[in-house]
Amino acid sequence: MVRLSISRHWREKGAYYRLEGIECLDCGKRSYPPAPVCPHCGSRNVRRVKLPRTGRLLSYTITYSIPEGFREYAPVMLGLIELDDGTRLVSQLTDTKPEELRENMRVEAVLRRVQVDGEYGLIHYALKFRPHRPGGRKE
Amino acid sequence: MHPEDKTGIVGWGAYVPRYRLKAEEIVRIWGFEKTVPKGLFIIEKAVGGSDEDAVTIGWEAARNALMRAEIDPKEIGAVFFGTESKPYAVKPSATIIAEALGITPVTMASDMEFACRAGSEGLRASIGLVASGMVKYAMTIGADTAQANPGDVLEFTASSGGAAFIVGPREEAAAYFEGSYTYVTDTPDFWRRAHSHYPLHGEGFTGEPAYFNHIINSVKGLFNKLKLTPDDFDYAVFHQPNGKYPLRVGKRLGFPKEKIMPGLVTPWIGNTYNGSALIGLAKVLDQAKPGQRILVAPFGSGAGSDAYSIVVTERVEEKQRLAPMVQEYIDDKVYIDYGLYAKYRGIIRRITG
Ligand SMILES: [Zn+2]
Repeated sequence: MVRLSISRHWREKGAYYRLEGIECLDCGKRSYPPAPVCPHCGSRNVRRVKLPRTGRLLSYTITYSIPEGFREYAPVMLGLIELDDGTRLVSQLTDTKPEELRENMRVEAVLRRVQVDGEYGLIHYALKFRPHRPGGRKE
Repeated sequence: MHPEDKTGIVGWGAYVPRYRLKAEEIVRIWGFEKTVPKGLFIIEKAVGGSDEDAVTIGWEAARNALMRAEIDPKEIGAVFFGTESKPYAVKPSATIIAEALGITPVTMASDMEFACRAGSEGLRASIGLVASGMVKYAMTIGADTAQANPGDVLEFTASSGGAAFIVGPREEAAAYFEGSYTYVTDTPDFWRRAHSHYPLHGEGFTGEPAYFNHIINSVKGLFNKLKLTPDDFDYAVFHQPNGKYPLRVGKRLGFPKEKIMPGLVTPWIGNTYNGSALIGLAKVLDQAKPGQRILVAPFGSGAGSDAYSIVVTERVEEKQRLAPMVQEYIDDKVYIDYGLYAKYRGIIRRITG
């Protein structure tokens, strides 16, 4: 858990709010979070893309030791997720509990609070992943 | 001909959090008589998780509305967000949702405040903007994490949820507006001061002079304007502070229970304040057939009510399956106890930071 800086969160709201990643125009692979350089081949020839909001949970880890400011979210569950286009990323999981988690379960991205700066500071929002709720079509 | 009938609902969506608190748990904690929930017709209520607030709830409802509208978010020219649980006293919530859905930057965006009918005011404003040609599409969202003083009778119903509607040209709509009518007065039935965590209500004011008077006047005004009667409607959806009031106001207006039940959600999810009547409308659209006519009448304390006549078009059926339905959200639930509810809704005060 890293405290978010206001400027960094604002700069990267496309990634935090809309799951924007990058696609490499040389090797064709996608990655998240967005970076100026493709992590797969080192090319700087990348473009921004909106990644699919659904995928599956490849593996997960559960953290019980929580820094101050995050106690209401404990235990914190982090998932390694493979999106429907094959892009992999690590995200916080929500609306679930450790005994519900299983590998390969369908997950979907939802906007949630990720950090609240005390009584007076900013509320940071970002996408987290939750087990897919029934209904609707797959995106 | 009314200006409204150039416009319609091109997308609708709702969201109900997963957690539920049974009314009997509130009876147990606060020592109420066991008959109180039955008197209110409330079985259980939806509770947002620790990381949910009116913005995140409004986001999911709006996302579902966009999935049904199947339009480029950049074509939306106005976003209205009605809530009485704004995460910030000063800093718009509408811009957060608009940004997260890719609607920004060329759009109007603002938060509306009128207790439970702020989202409905957004709907009337959306109709006006679209009918005048100022914008092609406008979105209105009603969402709340409703507060109630712990131990107050309001705690049985105050819940979390929301709904969103995208208004656009009638030719693209799943249902079009025939007309609308608003009736407001200064009535002291329910309020919350700036630094108070919980609202207060004027005993004896909430029912007759507030809820019933305003809804009956808005609906009768609409009937007169459009020359319609209750027999012309297939569904009637009213604001739902509990399960009983909408049935009672419907009866007084001449609607049988069968026309009210399809849009009644409060007994199973509680009163989602700005979501209340609008989730009911979303649930009716989830099941409506072309040609059917819907009456919807939200209410907000302070006080006022809007009445709308909405006619379903042949486009409704193709849109129904494009996003999760209200009933699916209602059925997908996890029960929690009062302790977790208190933690999730910030009722337990901690020193942080
Ligand atoms: Zn590459």
